Amino acid sequence: MKHHISFTLNGDPVEALCDTDQTLLDVLRDELDMTGTKEGCATGDCGACSVSVDGRLVCSCLMLGVEMNGKKVESIEGMADGDKLHPLQQKFLEHAALQCGICTPGVLIAAKSLLERNPDPTETEVRYWLAGNLCRCTGYDKIIRAVLATAADMRGA
Amino acid sequence: MQEKVGNPPKDGDFKWVGTNAIRPDGVEKVTGQARYGADLNMAGQLTGLVLRSPHPHARIVKIDTSKAEALAGVKAIITSDDFEEQDPTLAAAGEMMVNYLDVSRNVIACDKVLYEGHALAAVAATSKSIAKKALKLIEVEYELLPHVIDPVEAMQADAPILHEDMITAGVNPPPEKPSNISKQMEFALGDIDKGFADADLIIEREFKTQPVHQGYIEPHACLANVTADNQAELWVTTQGHWIVRAHCARLLGWDISKVRVTSSEIGGGFGGKTVVYLEPLALALSKKSGRPVKMTMSREDTIRATGPTSGAVVKVKIGASKDGRITAGQADMIYQAGAFQGSPVAQGAMTAFAPYELDNVKVTGLDVVSNRPKVAAYRAPGAPISEYAVECVIDEIAGKLGIDPIDLRLKNAAKEGTQTAYGPKLGPIGMIETLEATQATEHYKTPLGPNQGRGVASGFWYNIGGQTTVMMALNEDGSFNLTIGTPDIGGLRASMALMAAEELGVDYKSIRPIIGDTQQLGYNFLTGGSRACFSSGMATVEAAREIIQEACSRAAKLWELPEEAVDYKDGWIRPAGDNAGAHEPISIAEIGRMAGKTGGAIIGNAKINAQGAAPSLGQHLVDVEVDPETGKVSVIRYTVIQDAGRAIHPAYVEGQYQGGAAQGIGWALNEEYIYGDDGKLQNASFLDYRIPVASDLPMIDTVIVEVPNPNHPYGVRGVGETAIVPPMGAIANAVADATGVRFSELPMSPPKVLKQLDLARAANDADLKM
Amino acid sequence: MKYEAPQTLDAAVRLLASESGQAKVLAGGTDLLVQIKTDVIEPDLLVDIKGIGEVRQITEENGGFRIGAAVTGAELEENAALVNTWPGVIEGANLIGSTQVQGRATMGGNLCNGSPAADSVPGLIAAGATATIVGPGGTRELPVEDIMLAPRKLAIAKDEFIVSFYLPARPAHSGDAYLRFIPRTEMDIAVVGAGVNLTLDEAGKITAARVVLGAVAPRPLLVPEAGEALIGSTLDEAALGKLATAASAACNPIDDKRGTIEYRTKVAAVIARRTAEIAYQRARSN
Repeated sequence: MKHHISFTLNGDPVEALCDTDQTLLDVLRDELDMTGTKEGCATGDCGACSVSVDGRLVCSCLMLGVEMNGKKVESIEGMADGDKLHPLQQKFLEHAALQCGICTPGVLIAAKSLLERNPDPTETEVRYWLAGNLCRCTGYDKIIRAVLATAADMRGA
Repeated sequence: MQEKVGNPPKDGDFKWVGTNAIRPDGVEKVTGQARYGADLNMAGQLTGLVLRSPHPHARIVKIDTSKAEALAGVKAIITSDDFEEQDPTLAAAGEMMVNYLDVSRNVIACDKVLYEGHALAAVAATSKSIAKKALKLIEVEYELLPHVIDPVEAMQADAPILHEDMITAGVNPPPEKPSNISKQMEFALGDIDKGFADADLIIEREFKTQPVHQGYIEPHACLANVTADNQAELWVTTQGHWIVRAHCARLLGWDISKVRVTSSEIGGGFGGKTVVYLEPLALALSKKSGRPVKMTMSREDTIRATGPTSGAVVKVKIGASKDGRITAGQADMIYQAGAFQGSPVAQGAMTAFAPYELDNVKVTGLDVVSNRPKVAAYRAPGAPISEYAVECVIDEIAGKLGIDPIDLRLKNAAKEGTQTAYGPKLGPIGMIETLEATQATEHYKTPLGPNQGRGVASGFWYNIGGQTTVMMALNEDGSFNLTIGTPDIGGLRASMALMAAEELGVDYKSIRPIIGDTQQLGYNFLTGGSRACFSSGMATVEAAREIIQEACSRAAKLWELPEEAVDYKDGWIRPAGDNAGAHEPISIAEIGRMAGKTGGAIIGNAKINAQGAAPSLGQHLVDVEVDPETGKVSVIRYTVIQDAGRAIHPAYVEGQYQGGAAQGIGWALNEEYIYGDDGKLQNASFLDYRIPVASDLPMIDTVIVEVPNPNHPYGVRGVGETAIVPPMGAIANAVADATGVRFSELPMSPPKVLKQLDLARAANDADLKM
Repeated sequence: MKYEAPQTLDAAVRLLASESGQAKVLAGGTDLLVQIKTDVIEPDLLVDIKGIGEVRQITEENGGFRIGAAVTGAELEENAALVNTWPGVIEGANLIGSTQVQGRATMGGNLCNGSPAADSVPGLIAAGATATIVGPGGTRELPVEDIMLAPRKLAIAKDEFIVSFYLPARPAHSGDAYLRFIPRTEMDIAVVGAGVNLTLDEAGKITAARVVLGAVAPRPLLVPEAGEALIGSTLDEAALGKLATAASAACNPIDDKRGTIEYRTKVAAVIARRTAEIAYQRARSN
């Protein structure tokens, strides 16, 4: 018997049917066709599936769909405001902070969560916050620069 | 026929090339709209899953799929019976030659399973949970065989044999009995014995490396849809969709024209996506079930069952005169191929001493099979291993002779005209330029702190060209469509549009580049060998010039002038010479608007076999800090200095430098496959297969050196692969500088480092610094 | 697989007791979901306890802290009083996995996962924490060091679960710390972990010391000899030397893909020393 779940996704109410063993990641990708959140490992080791749930940065592969009732989920699809990119998204493009781009949705969600809590992080703080987001293409350099540059911009520095 | 498109213009004159334009495929990637291999769905699709061997070596006695077929929701099951028997014909795929018999047997096992994780059957069902249940219902009877993992053990006379028909090639007379050595090869130059006789100092060392996985964050994935009459569509994350097409058509016995392959966006490949795994299975399941079949690989299966690169044992012996001139270079290499022949031992042999101009070189290589996944290409296949070993010995020689390690390399640097050991004479290359640029960095002059060391290493990769077709169209409003055939793994579309904009003298944003599918273009070799910017760029330039020529022709006709009497500059066509000023200039956009009335659509078609790819040389400079009590090595400063020929998009060139360095750091310090005595992989997850995380690395500074490649219209050299060649040598040399102890095994994980330090302490080693 | 989300302790206990198949308690799920995904376990019932108030609260009690077993590492870190008083406990919980994992992982789950390398457990044991366990018979208390018996083996019955941890009131001049050795800088399972809790007198002499090692034995190890080695000292070289020796001597590790016996035994000494030094500095500044 499937569970009927309802939650808020990027500000909109959504519902889905899911088995107990379907994770939030499975629900997003397979039931709601929201494929912006990626599966890199399904075991919480890579961060490609990062979303925010009730304002908390989590791996969507480590939450069950059935736990989502009443929760507020923010995924990459909700980061831009219509056709206005979030400053992080814009900076990532300007700094060439993505190459293949598969880790990018997860990194952006994670970076957004960081800057919401700490508008003036040091390089070390950014690196440790993002340690759960694996990137194999960039060596992280331009990602870190883009996050720091966005933080400075958003502070009006 | 390709005209000579060399003679790159001098730099400083460019409007677009050399700028960091926003990539045209960027917004969709930062918003999650870009579609990768697992992001496409079709109505009615089934989920396909693979049954994999739990044993490292076994004969397949029987596969009984009857119970699985009876399960409601199961629509198709396949085994090797569903594929054509192949000849062992060699064919090029990437920079490795493949044997189709081996390809088909790797994709789905026949008679024997040769590694834990080897695929032997696949099912398509209406849901993932039903497919999982079906796999459990497939009954396989195995006859277990003894297994061997380590390549040196696999070479012993009493080792279990993987292939009864494997007679070592390259040995004369051929051996009588089969072994696990598929081939023996050798490159030589000059007189190696004389070279050593002339040496004042000879150092000989043996190095050992482990297989490492490319580590792409996106696992393999595809979606296949085949009609009853074999019209097949395949959506797949790949570095080469024409290769996928060729392999699948071959394995399934279909006409190539029937298989249409679209490359999705690709979430990393690094060589690991130049081969097929799921794709022939998905196509066969789709054909059999009459429905689309989607297949994705788990992370565990990706690490466990897809090709990493080789592990190796490399003996290096180098002789030098006391003034630092290398008189002889010898390497003897054993590369592990995995379960089927075909390690990159030849490429490793070709590149081992390639940064240097040597008179006497001898490199031998052995390709050895063992019960692990078949190796696949990984960024400069073979070279990181051989050059790591050579760079360590070069460093040791510099130390013993009291010569600065960069000065020693300068004394022996390869340059234009150098005869390589593997055949060609080099054109202009940037070995000297990058060495000098390294010495000029602030990094090189910065003093070190306690427990810190500095190391440098050189890297060479030859880069390739190859078959490329490109189509460009001038649209009716003056904008352009550009269709290329090499998948974009990190900024390629931007680079193509920059070159096209430069040629055409139009706004970069007026060009829309896409990757075409196999129906939309002629043959394209894959994205690999650092060829895409070089080859697709060359073809794009040619296509742009064809459009310019046609546009000029249209204008000339309008003005009733001969074709040679018009000029094209910055997007405008003007009467030239004596006719200058006779007519108002006309824009290429206007020509586009009028195309229908002046003769029809204006397109540029380039079909080339790109020649003239030139090597990229690079130096990596790294500072490490070693914890004397735990053996942990931290990378605290890193600079990559590499020759790009011409950096079309400098930020994406830097990105290649930084990414290669990061992969090399993982290879040097923590990445390895850990097998148990039972032949099963123990670390098939990102938890225990440890790639660098953001907090492990410092900023990676870059210096782009430009020694233009005279064979490319903009001077481009491929850069992606050279960047992974120096890191292990540089880090090993830095650790040696910090500790006074030389390490000859990778990865230099903390237990290994601490053990060596303790041994040196116990032996009162005079060189020990901590 | 069934899923239930009871709202009271009693309801949760009843669900666990009446399940004939395998029932698993779900808190953060950062270990459980991975084990289900990789087919290590196939539970018949998941009992999600996150809706039960007692397991989610942090309250001050008799000068100490009562921490719900299902409070996440991220939430612990946001509690300034906790962080000030027990930085070692909190930093252990916030070394588990990644930022994302810390957003869900709990100390109850970390302990009950039954791994000797658990990051939050050495600090809890060093702190002298007790766990309150609820079952059909009511509640009982156990010192945290008595909960894990061996890998994946707990002193908790299948119809019981941990409700909360109690951290006792802190004497003045006390400090704790948790350090671990991992090959990278984040994301690894501890090769060796150490939790140290010290109390000093006015002169800076150690009057109480608890030293706990993780990942070097079948369960996190409270090492009384290591603590004794510090008593009466100001953490001088001699005391540190004795601590290191005691730490290595207590090790009974295995060879596995994360470390060898030899390496763990050596590094246990190093990590114990370094952790003690941090705990001492914190104690001095309190």
